[in-house]
Amino acid sequence: MSRIVVHHEACTLCEVCLKACPFNAMELLNGKIEINSNCKVCSICVKQCPEKCISKEEDELFQVDRSLYKGIMVIGEMRQDELHPVTFELLGKAKELATKVKAPVYCLITGEHLLDAAQLCLSYGADVVYVLDHRELKFYRSDIYAKIISDRINQIKPSVVLVGATPSGRSLAPRLAALLKTGLTADCTQLDILDNTDLIQRRPAFGGNIMADIMTTRHRPQMASVRYKVFNPIEEIKNPVGMIKRLSIQADELLSGINLLEIHHEAVSESITEAKRIIVAGVGVSDPEGLKLVHQLADQLQASVAYTRPLVERGLASYTHQIGLSGRTVQPELLITCGVSGAVQFISGMEHSEHIIAINKDPKADIMNVAHVAVVGDVYEILPQWIEALKKGSFHV
Amino acid sequence: MKIIVCIKQVPATQNVQIDPKTGSLMRWAATTKMNPFDLVALEAALQLKDKTNAEVTVITMGPNAAKAVLTEALSMGADKGFLISDRAFAGADVLATSHTLSYAIETLKIDYDLLLCGQQTTDGDTAQVGPSIAALLNLPHISYVRKLTSNPNTFTVECIINDDRIIAEIKKPCLLTIDKDFAQARYPSYWKLNETMNTPIQIISLADLKNPDTINHIGQAGSPTSVLKIYPPVHEVISKKLSGKSKDIVSELVDYLKDEHLIERSHHE
Repeated sequence: MSRIVVHHEACTLCEVCLKACPFNAMELLNGKIEINSNCKVCSICVKQCPEKCISKEEDELFQVDRSLYKGIMVIGEMRQDELHPVTFELLGKAKELATKVKAPVYCLITGEHLLDAAQLCLSYGADVVYVLDHRELKFYRSDIYAKIISDRINQIKPSVVLVGATPSGRSLAPRLAALLKTGLTADCTQLDILDNTDLIQRRPAFGGNIMADIMTTRHRPQMASVRYKVFNPIEEIKNPVGMIKRLSIQADELLSGINLLEIHHEAVSESITEAKRIIVAGVGVSDPEGLKLVHQLADQLQASVAYTRPLVERGLASYTHQIGLSGRTVQPELLITCGVSGAVQFISGMEHSEHIIAINKDPKADIMNVAHVAVVGDVYEILPQWIEALKKGSFHV
Repeated sequence: MKIIVCIKQVPATQNVQIDPKTGSLMRWAATTKMNPFDLVALEAALQLKDKTNAEVTVITMGPNAAKAVLTEALSMGADKGFLISDRAFAGADVLATSHTLSYAIETLKIDYDLLLCGQQTTDGDTAQVGPSIAALLNLPHISYVRKLTSNPNTFTVECIINDDRIIAEIKKPCLLTIDKDFAQARYPSYWKLNETMNTPIQIISLADLKNPDTINHIGQAGSPTSVLKIYPPVHEVISKKLSGKSKDIVSELVDYLKDEHLIERSHHE
């Protein structure tokens, strides 16, 4: 693994590196250039240093024996006695990866009364379904779930573990990774695998318009979380041939520091994740008139209204209605963006929508690159006429 | 009661630029702020302090400049601030960051009841560090907490997970990550700011971390994940471009929705 080293004896304190570093990772401290914890080892400073006194050094580090680990494991998720559909999507991707490296697909599910769910996992591509079935495991509790599941992963030794980036998955996955002392890449938008089973994990990085390919080459298992509605399940297999294995649980594994008092199944707010049609309001329509137009168009098309991060940060909407990495990922049949420029973190939350219409003044806005229909124009002119045309034509959806 | 809040300094802007020719990052973190989610976590701690006279300690891992977020936290009402900073911590991913923070928390020797983190950061968006720290310190944790009350040996919390509203009791000490809807964070107080401006921020460096395992688990060497490459996003969409008069655009839009069977004319018209 690599790190950046400044060779102080040759350094003239010209501060070129300070200005070149995109992460503010170089500092002048006590008359020396020092590298701080912001460093991403991007090596821009190495290239820019006129004195050639910064270098990237490789350290000899721990390397796991990859051959001891085999198979792609999906951590299935139960939601109100049924499998969360992200489980099927992950199984679909697991099947694809497993075929490439000729390895089995495992699914591990935790909960109570799991026989039907286990059968379904077989139908959607699992070769072996591991079942942790106990009354005390009916609902997710971070401490005991993570301990029990990580212990079983240590025994089964898959090379890859995939977790759905649902709210409970986002709580469980990092806890599992810490117990397994391995890497976890959150919210991957694409996954691929090399012959040596190294997983290429693609995600938007550094909070902006950049994609990164991330790898966990020295550790196993490699863990990745993936949002709901990013991958697709395979077609249901009739009469699957896989195996279901029930795993035993010791009583002392069920002692939790968490006691669930009340669980209310309630849709807290109308969910944009499930909406078939979505109109998105961006900075370009964030005044009262613009938002009113967006809502009127939504009414005409029986669509839900969602927002970009800046509007939510200004308090114009709850972040349960925010699309993007820090909000929700959506895949509706129709998505119309109004005055949205299209930061990568937003685009990764909606790019798999079936029909995307983007309206923006700026023809160079990034959103135009993912739109099926890219409209260059003034939202305040187009929306009223569009709403009127839909009303006059008596269209229904 | 003693509370430790983990906070982070993040870039004030979301937009990173990449030079399409060289593929290198252009200046990114020119201006910074406290992660907005951490402001809410700090607010949760300060509300407990208002009610129970708790002592609130804030910690952050970052460069010297990250002292700014600690000073801001003090001016909002936190009691103590610690900066965890050492060049050996550079290049840390989630696991190495969590290790560093958990070793630092052990080093503080605070007999805490509660560790608080924001739900996620705006620069990484991973929401992983909180639960990771909980695992390493062997504490139970609950994420997405939006209500919190303290009992003698437990906290009662309300959280929303997968559209279930859950009320749970969690044993002290524990870690909670705070949902952004918990509360609106208070503003720094001018008086407090004057009072705390010169409060020294203690620095915790590698030499202060007592855990013998430390060196293998921090910085780049302690990070299982590494970035293979970065590049501007590539989009492959065949798109139709509309521009010109709004009237023409609208009629094309209506046709598009019809052609794609997204709307139909009502039969009874």
